[in-house]
Amino acid sequence: MLNQDLSLMTARKYDVLVIGGGNAALCAALTAREAGASVLLLESSPREWRGGNSQHTRNLRCMHEAPQDVLTDAYPEEEYWQDLKKVTGGITNETLARLVIRDSSHCRDWMRRHGVHFQPSLSGTLQLSRTNAFFLGGGKALLNAYYRSAGQLGVQIRYEAPVDRLELRDRRFVAAYIGSERIEARACVVASGGFESNREWLREAWGQIDGQWIADNFLIRGTRFNMGVLLKFLIDAGADTIADPTQCHSVAIDARAPLYDGGICTRVDCVSLGIVVNKHAARFYDEGEDFWPKRYAIWGGLVARQPGQVAYSVIDAKAIGRFMPPVFPGEKAKSLPELALRLGLDERAFVSTLANYNSACRAGTFDHAVLDDCHTEDLTPPKTHWARPIDTPPFYAYALKPGITFTYLGVKVNEQAAVHFSGKASSNLFAAGEIMAGNVLGKGYTAGVGMAIGTAFGRIAGAQAAAAILEDAQRAAA
Amino acid sequence: MRQLDALATEARTLAIGVPPLGPGEAEVARQMQICNACRYCEGFCAVFPAMTRRLEFGKADINYLANLCHNCGACLHACQYAPPHEFAVNVPRAMAKVRLQTYGEYAWPPALGGLYQRNGLTLVLALAGGLALFLLLAMMMNGKLWGEPLAGNFYRVFPHNLMVSMFTPIFLFALLALALGVRRFWNEVSPGDRVKDAPGAAVAEAAQDALLLKYLGGGHGQGCNEADDAFTLWRRRFHHFTFYGFLLCFASTSVATLYHYLFGWVAPYALTSLPVLLGTAGGIGLLIGPAGLLWLNFGRHPLHGDDAQKPMDRGFIALLFLTSASGIALLAWRDTSAMALLLALHLGVVMAFFLTLPYGKFAHGIYRSAALLKWAIEKRQPSRLQLGSE
Repeated sequence: MLNQDLSLMTARKYDVLVIGGGNAALCAALTAREAGASVLLLESSPREWRGGNSQHTRNLRCMHEAPQDVLTDAYPEEEYWQDLKKVTGGITNETLARLVIRDSSHCRDWMRRHGVHFQPSLSGTLQLSRTNAFFLGGGKALLNAYYRSAGQLGVQIRYEAPVDRLELRDRRFVAAYIGSERIEARACVVASGGFESNREWLREAWGQIDGQWIADNFLIRGTRFNMGVLLKFLIDAGADTIADPTQCHSVAIDARAPLYDGGICTRVDCVSLGIVVNKHAARFYDEGEDFWPKRYAIWGGLVARQPGQVAYSVIDAKAIGRFMPPVFPGEKAKSLPELALRLGLDERAFVSTLANYNSACRAGTFDHAVLDDCHTEDLTPPKTHWARPIDTPPFYAYALKPGITFTYLGVKVNEQAAVHFSGKASSNLFAAGEIMAGNVLGKGYTAGVGMAIGTAFGRIAGAQAAAAILEDAQRAAA
Repeated sequence: MRQLDALATEARTLAIGVPPLGPGEAEVARQMQICNACRYCEGFCAVFPAMTRRLEFGKADINYLANLCHNCGACLHACQYAPPHEFAVNVPRAMAKVRLQTYGEYAWPPALGGLYQRNGLTLVLALAGGLALFLLLAMMMNGKLWGEPLAGNFYRVFPHNLMVSMFTPIFLFALLALALGVRRFWNEVSPGDRVKDAPGAAVAEAAQDALLLKYLGGGHGQGCNEADDAFTLWRRRFHHFTFYGFLLCFASTSVATLYHYLFGWVAPYALTSLPVLLGTAGGIGLLIGPAGLLWLNFGRHPLHGDDAQKPMDRGFIALLFLTSASGIALLAWRDTSAMALLLALHLGVVMAFFLTLPYGKFAHGIYRSAALLKWAIEKRQPSRLQLGSE
């Protein structure tokens, strides 16, 4: 036994190499290790930044037939599938999607065994109490639990280990390289995320308007380590892909948010309570089209298409206390001209936009909890709900920029999470998490689906990688 | 008349404005603004649910939240905005800094509030003073510290009435100082809430949360954080040893007092008597508990809490340990020639303990209980906010 361990160390050949350090990577590593494989996990970031975008997550969308610990009522497979079909506009793979949905109904016991704790939905998220199980403490607490469990089970973990390329032979994984260091393994799970941190790639994907790179004004809500290095490598190596590089999940966030890792707190939730103007002080979209949770994900794209990729959410004192408190205080002014001045907008245009909007508001019974009858008349674009004149000082405004959550471009996989080359599955190279999420989520988003995909495919990839080694061993013995 | 009062209040507020925030308080306000927009930590403890009932954080809110925080560390390890993130959120540390300030700010008499700032020195001086006092007294009254066995009769060294006349006023002063301090705290963080009007269920819940240390459970019952992101129940356990050990020692003294005055049964008591049994059990708890807490304190993650408070924490723990160690030593050797010396040492330590009671770590229990009561009352009231949802 000792000799075997020693030879393992000197040869540095692990059964399973997991590339990445987020939820999907940890799920794969833990599952492979539980199946008896020796596992090495390579996280490109330093320890304190480990976990990629999973650091910023908070819940898992779960199928369940009856109330379950932290989940109310029921969320059957069919309803989950219909929700997924709706948000993706049908750009999904039903077989893989149902795999994820079913896994979400029973993966939580496994998660608990590895130290994850659940809690009922957080304050301000009542609409998710039926469908989503929240992680106590959020995604970073979940990652901490997984890393602890991985350490206890003997998964080897290396930080600051950015893999830059793979050695492939006939669709099979042979080794990974960190610079000149070559790391061999019998199977590999790539769970290294999308490319949203790669500004060059975003530039290239989004192009220019008026001689300016659109993507230069994007903020990245998540990790700075998702450079898409392996995604690009696999695409160049002939791996089959899904989605295109302009597809990304983006929301309108506070323009003062940090360039990376602003996470959840940088969102601005008062859009539907007021109006939004661009840098020419003109409105450009119906702010009251639908409930904010259903609309907030389109505003990233809307702002991205405005000049300078910036917009301003304007509210008055009536809105205070009716939306989730923002992380940065808004610009505050006693009058609308003063607010225009503070925002650096043309005062006359701003005041005129507000005056037009105010006079177009038709009084109704304001109720933010329903699609109420407060709307505008003869205004383009209209505001169809919650339209009340912005007339009560003090006035507040929040500058908005597009905040990228994740990208959809990924590698195509099958039910075994195997990476494909020209339609043929690799027998020992698997993908999990954001790098393949586009198979299930080709477009759109709904809360907790990313973690459901990562958990399901992480576990599948880990199990398949461990099984692939066994098959190899049996083949060798035969 | 009421309107006039309101106008007068408004005028005062306009004139002096809201109480300005010190740097420590401003840092808590900054972090709470971030936390309130995130809320992932809501399940860990009472601080975050209390935070979500507010949009702005004034001095009173901050002092309340700071004392509600148990410094368990869970939110730091779970925080996506913790250092090295540029938001540099470290709630346990920010709260700890303000907490220490509140002890000093609300202390009575105010002039002695400064003792919190240099608490290590305060404790050392009190200990040295207490020891010197009783050693000198013993020398003066008996001419020596080492003598023929007195069969455990303490009153041959220090007459009963002398001990009572020394300890009673100091103990009563400590109680008074703590009570006046926490009353000021309550009036400021909870103006208009009268404790006697609190619902019985709220009082019971607060008492239970304090006595069971609910918020050292991490929200999942697996405990709080010490050296890293793993959870452990040892801080809660050692605190229980300490607190209940202290209570047993206190019960021992109380029973002995009753024996003395009610029944005329004079010490020394037999090893199987109630005072000795209670005192022994309490003393053992008060050895294990503080030793464990000290050990945990030295192993705490470097980002936890406020380094400037460590002398206070460790000094208090050491004093508790010395109290029980000297008490147990006295019991063990009360029939030997060392009794007078041991008694003087024990009384010196106990004197230091009582002298510093209202100006040291002990205060945390009083202020935290008040904060827990406020939370138990507040959570039963409807929230004034209608924030809708994400």
